[in-house]
Amino acid sequence: MARTIVPIGPYHPLQEEPEFFTLTVDGETVVAIDVQVGYNHRGIEKLSETKTFDQSTFVIERICGICSTSHPFAYTRAVEDIIPVEVPERAKFIRTIIAEGERLHSHLLWLGLAGHFLGYNTIYMWAWKLREEVLDVLEILSGNRNNYAMFKPGGVRRDIKAEDIPGVIKKLDSIVPTLTMLKNAVVDDPVLHARTKGIGILTKEEAVDFCALGPTSRASGVARDARKDSPYGAYDKVDWEMIVTHNGDVFDKVVLRILEMLESVKIMKACLTRLPKGDIDLNIKDIPPGEGIGHIEAPRGETFHYVRSDGTNRPARHKVRAPTFMNLPTYKATVVGETISDATIILAAIDPCYCCTERMAVRSTKGNLLGRGEDLIRLSQEKTEKMRRKMGR
Amino acid sequence: MDRNAVIEDIKKRFEADVTDVFDKSPKRVYIGIRPESIRRVAQYVLRDLGARFNIASGVDARGHMEILYHFTLEDINLLVSFRVILPKEKLEIDSLAPLFEGANWIEREMNELLGITFKGHPDMRRLLLPAEWPEGVYPLRCDYREWDKDAIRDRGV
Repeated sequence: MARTIVPIGPYHPLQEEPEFFTLTVDGETVVAIDVQVGYNHRGIEKLSETKTFDQSTFVIERICGICSTSHPFAYTRAVEDIIPVEVPERAKFIRTIIAEGERLHSHLLWLGLAGHFLGYNTIYMWAWKLREEVLDVLEILSGNRNNYAMFKPGGVRRDIKAEDIPGVIKKLDSIVPTLTMLKNAVVDDPVLHARTKGIGILTKEEAVDFCALGPTSRASGVARDARKDSPYGAYDKVDWEMIVTHNGDVFDKVVLRILEMLESVKIMKACLTRLPKGDIDLNIKDIPPGEGIGHIEAPRGETFHYVRSDGTNRPARHKVRAPTFMNLPTYKATVVGETISDATIILAAIDPCYCCTERMAVRSTKGNLLGRGEDLIRLSQEKTEKMRRKMGR
Repeated sequence: MDRNAVIEDIKKRFEADVTDVFDKSPKRVYIGIRPESIRRVAQYVLRDLGARFNIASGVDARGHMEILYHFTLEDINLLVSFRVILPKEKLEIDSLAPLFEGANWIEREMNELLGITFKGHPDMRRLLLPAEWPEGVYPLRCDYREWDKDAIRDRGV
């Protein structure tokens, strides 16, 4: 049988990190998939061993621009686990506020791109416009839109000013109606239903087998969230709900993320109104020999850091595991059996980080150039358009 | 079972395999086990105790190589790390990838970065390093020197 191979990547608009997918297709259907990563391997684990414990915080903050809270959060908790110490209450609340702000902007960014890939540019525009509001909130609180540099082992580096809080709460309140509108737009739209329901299903058993994390596994009915199971920060002090959906398809992942955003707003508001008084930093001077683990729930799932200290001022070993490391291999289970025009949104559904240069080529087995990255998105958008017309909308 | 019962249970069930138990804090426990028993222990913890595999951390501890297999028991909020010590002369251990998919990538990563062989791994290819990277050079080991021209740069990497 003649096999046609569709390469996606290494540089592709669906992915922030360069990854190279090889889709083997039979007609329109994907029959096999292989993933090759490592194009962006920067040796940060090794680099971290050459930095002091304080400097490492800044190095690992730059692992990912979108997860610039999750990695320092997990790392500082790992370092605090070595000693072991608990950070002051106020620092815990500030950490939680920043982490939830990050979840908000990360999910909005994803929602916008998912809308774009499906040919719903209105969702894209709304989501990204809304994301600006969230980035403004983060700028008021930390001074930066991204890479907040708020974390340090033992506490946080900047306090939240009391006079900023009312303005931030007002801004947070103002995004709730738009979020609700976006939710209704997705839940009520029959075309979006047709396009995403039953597509790219990850069953509960597969999610467990692949050790999938975060929204990817919660959409498959695995009720696991580090914020609930192993409470850290202020998550056990405020009321919020863990969102779980059960079908494991793209639709459930979209709905789950939107509902999670509403919870994030709730958590941020509760933390801001109940911000306790006190110190924000323990001023840790020495890290004793030993080992520590920090794991926190990032927007994409659990981020895991293991740090070993040998008593010097540098980590002897620093293991970093980002959630995508576990979520990425689930493509093997979700993409096989689907059509190429759906592959785009399934690949995007686990939320691998996006951005980067747009460069993709579809080649036939003889090596003839058939199309580029924009063609794949066009293919996906045309499918929605066709469905829309068929349903008379 | 609460956390103490789980630790006692593992100790008793794998009496010959457990070398030491370090009960660090209410949420963390480190259990040293013999390398040859990792697959049996992992199978029990995953299938019977319902744990989730977080990740494995390979550590070059100068004298020997260590692998820490981190498992989370979410219901009782306990993170169990199984510590396996491998002598530098014989860096070999059974692969967990045939047991569950989640161990596939991390074993490929440890293989290329630290030079540990995983017996029975279904798909041992490079994960992160490029194809041009020289064989037998393991960048995460302590003795790796990036400025060692003979090792890396003269080979055109």
